[in-house]
Amino acid sequence: MKITIKKGLDIKMKGVSDKVMAEANLSKLFAIKPSDFPNLTPKLLVKEGDKVKCGSPVFCDKYNDVVTFVSPASGVVDKVVRGEKRRILAITILSDGKFTQLNSKVKDFSKLDRSELKSDLLKSGLWPLLRMRPIDIIARPEDNPKSIFISSFDTNPLSPDYNFIMHNKSAEFSAGLEILSLLTDGVVNLQIRKSSDEVFSKAKNVQTNFVKGPHPAGNVGVQMHKIDPINKGEVVWYINPQDVMILGRYSLTGAYDANKVISLGGENTDSPKYVKTISGSSIESILDDSIIKDNSRIISGNPLTGQKVEKDSFLGFYHHQLSILPEGDDYKFFLSEGWLSLGFNRFSASKSYPTWLLPKSKTYQFDTNLNGEERSFVVSGQYEKVFPFDIYPVQLIKSIITNDIEKMEYLGIYEVSPEDFALCEFVCTSKINVQSIVREGLDLVYKECM
Amino acid sequence: MKFLRKIFDNAHATLNKKESTKKFFPLVDAIDTLVFTPNHVTNKGAHIRDAIDLKRTMMLVIIALIPCLLFGIYNTGYQHYRVLGGLDDATWLDMVGVGSLVVLPMVVVSYGAGLLVEFVFAIINGHTVHEGFLVSGMLIPLCMPADVPLWMVAVATIFAVVIGKEVFGGTGMNILNVALTARAFLFFAHPTKMSGNEVWVTGYGDAKLANMLPDGASGATALGDLASFMQDTPALENTQAFQAKYSFMDSFMGLIPGSIGETSALMCLIGAALLLWTGIASWRVIFSFFIGGFVMATILNLVGGNGYFDLPAIHQLMIGGFMFGMVFMATDPVTAAHTNAGKFVYGFLGGFLGILIRMVNPAYPEGIMLAILIANVFAPLIDHVVIQTNINKRLKRLKTA
Repeated sequence: MKITIKKGLDIKMKGVSDKVMAEANLSKLFAIKPSDFPNLTPKLLVKEGDKVKCGSPVFCDKYNDVVTFVSPASGVVDKVVRGEKRRILAITILSDGKFTQLNSKVKDFSKLDRSELKSDLLKSGLWPLLRMRPIDIIARPEDNPKSIFISSFDTNPLSPDYNFIMHNKSAEFSAGLEILSLLTDGVVNLQIRKSSDEVFSKAKNVQTNFVKGPHPAGNVGVQMHKIDPINKGEVVWYINPQDVMILGRYSLTGAYDANKVISLGGENTDSPKYVKTISGSSIESILDDSIIKDNSRIISGNPLTGQKVEKDSFLGFYHHQLSILPEGDDYKFFLSEGWLSLGFNRFSASKSYPTWLLPKSKTYQFDTNLNGEERSFVVSGQYEKVFPFDIYPVQLIKSIITNDIEKMEYLGIYEVSPEDFALCEFVCTSKINVQSIVREGLDLVYKECM
Repeated sequence: MKFLRKIFDNAHATLNKKESTKKFFPLVDAIDTLVFTPNHVTNKGAHIRDAIDLKRTMMLVIIALIPCLLFGIYNTGYQHYRVLGGLDDATWLDMVGVGSLVVLPMVVVSYGAGLLVEFVFAIINGHTVHEGFLVSGMLIPLCMPADVPLWMVAVATIFAVVIGKEVFGGTGMNILNVALTARAFLFFAHPTKMSGNEVWVTGYGDAKLANMLPDGASGATALGDLASFMQDTPALENTQAFQAKYSFMDSFMGLIPGSIGETSALMCLIGAALLLWTGIASWRVIFSFFIGGFVMATILNLVGGNGYFDLPAIHQLMIGGFMFGMVFMATDPVTAAHTNAGKFVYGFLGGFLGILIRMVNPAYPEGIMLAILIANVFAPLIDHVVIQTNINKRLKRLKTA
């Protein structure tokens, strides 16, 4: 299939990663953070001081204890970090540097039936790599998804280029795809660009779809909406291409090998590049060789949907990039660089700044300033320009704010996830935090209707 | 800049010292955030944000209104000398002088009264001052007749901001356009000062009282003369006589009496160009509003039969508040339809009804005001239908799936 996304916006940021692969220092500390998984209540399976290996379960879903989360390294459980009301924030593991595997028996998955395969993936700790729409949470093992989606490209600002990362990784990728194809009666949809690497364009066991257009063309939500929209009661799974490789390595070697390559980008780092690291590594280990300017914000993930982290924190489970941006905590005089400036260096999707008259190749400096104050909805038609769904975004958000579940269902909440609204949030004149509103709506629908 | 910054920081610190003065925070904050884009950083969701904010959006509308304001000032003086005599001796400076003395106090009163209400509500509700009134404050004087008393401007503004906006929850929550609410309030509460033949030309009423009016002087607007076609004693003989008195060019340029800012179609179009160029106003509303008005005027052209209905449609649209309402009132994003499809219907309805009310009901020569208010009321219904179509489409997909 060929689909074209017309509505959207490519945000041109300075600090895109150079295509240089660097080896990160091996992290001493690793962590698994339950907060990386929306709607999850963890139940601990280890105590501080316990010995663990790569693939040892660390905690499980309290309400569905077959879903386990495993250690990416071997060593000792260092700390259970708790927050308010003793909520578990992270379980840190002090690595012994050996990466001893709990299990390294290769299995022939094609001989397993689906339920055996599922229970194997659940036990191995790979299951959480699979996520589902609607609700955008970890896939439920009992579901039979109508299809599985993989987007082979990321259109977010400063995002990693999987063509570069996964070049020549066909073996691992196709082994992963094979597992995926066993998990659904439907097809595995792999969305690619015209310029995609062979690893994607020649992939087997999938239906490849060509996607054209600006961000959010790379978001699976939009791709699902255009290729196979979700109705109430239906479930679609999705997975990141690098996570497919983790599945593939498991299939080939039987090991839990959470190696991945992330992009390190943003204006406040001296050398934007790609870094080889391991899921759950400490931010410090990744940033070790780079010089980070003062007053920077470190974001695990991309600048639109990522999470703010400190240097002593850890890379998010689903994140494949670190973005280092200047904090925008300074005042800007209104005429020179503030709200009434000519603004040749200020990026805006609205035509009230000259962005749209300047060459498209121009890149812009961004900081984390809100560039205004939060207001009620005033301007209309703005979200619709960057929201390529056949859904009325503002009306859906209003139904969420008013907790009107029936309206949410009618207006299409099953088809969206917070990241689909990231651009709406970006362009919003009234600076409304739309993504968190959508997350609340999804949580409510999950609690009440699923 | 640092010096200015210090002043604001000190002001905030002084207010924060005492519990009793803390609530006056919006006063300082409003001026502070005007001068400096604040240092707020993103703490949820997207870490980077578009440079646009509500202040810039509103300020661009005000900039788009400046041609209308300046021309309004000039025309107010021009009409004064034209009707009351002395046009040949008056320089454009005289006209601007007379106009300024009439218009600028109204602008000051409108902003003063409106911002007072905004500040009071901000302090009571403990939120910052929102920008919505910046535009309303400019629109209100521009849609008033030249001779409306200043106290009426103040009362109308306060009424519009309180009843039209704040009781609904402030900027972004109102159902009716605030400026038109002010105008409609005066129109029905003080009809003698908002309609008729004596309020459009500044000094006309006084001159009449003092019996100083030159022979044959008339303070009527083009719409007033047109409406008289529908009565037993028309002011003019026929359409040709009307077109001789108010040529198309004069109507287009705006050298005719009327509300201060509305007379010049050209200035409205300059404003429209800026608003469309910057993407602030919806082209859908402007386009369909014009089409709606044109269709209705053409229909009545075809009906014909009196001096009013025979006036060519395009000339019809150049007089009165049609252009001004189309560009600046109907496009108010809060009170217009919110869906793209709905905007077409909303705009068409406004233009269509505006001309209908104006031409068929001579008691309300300024039908545009009422039509836009009606369209405002209908906007949520129009949106409802559009959204329901989307919902039905989704339900249908569910059934076939």
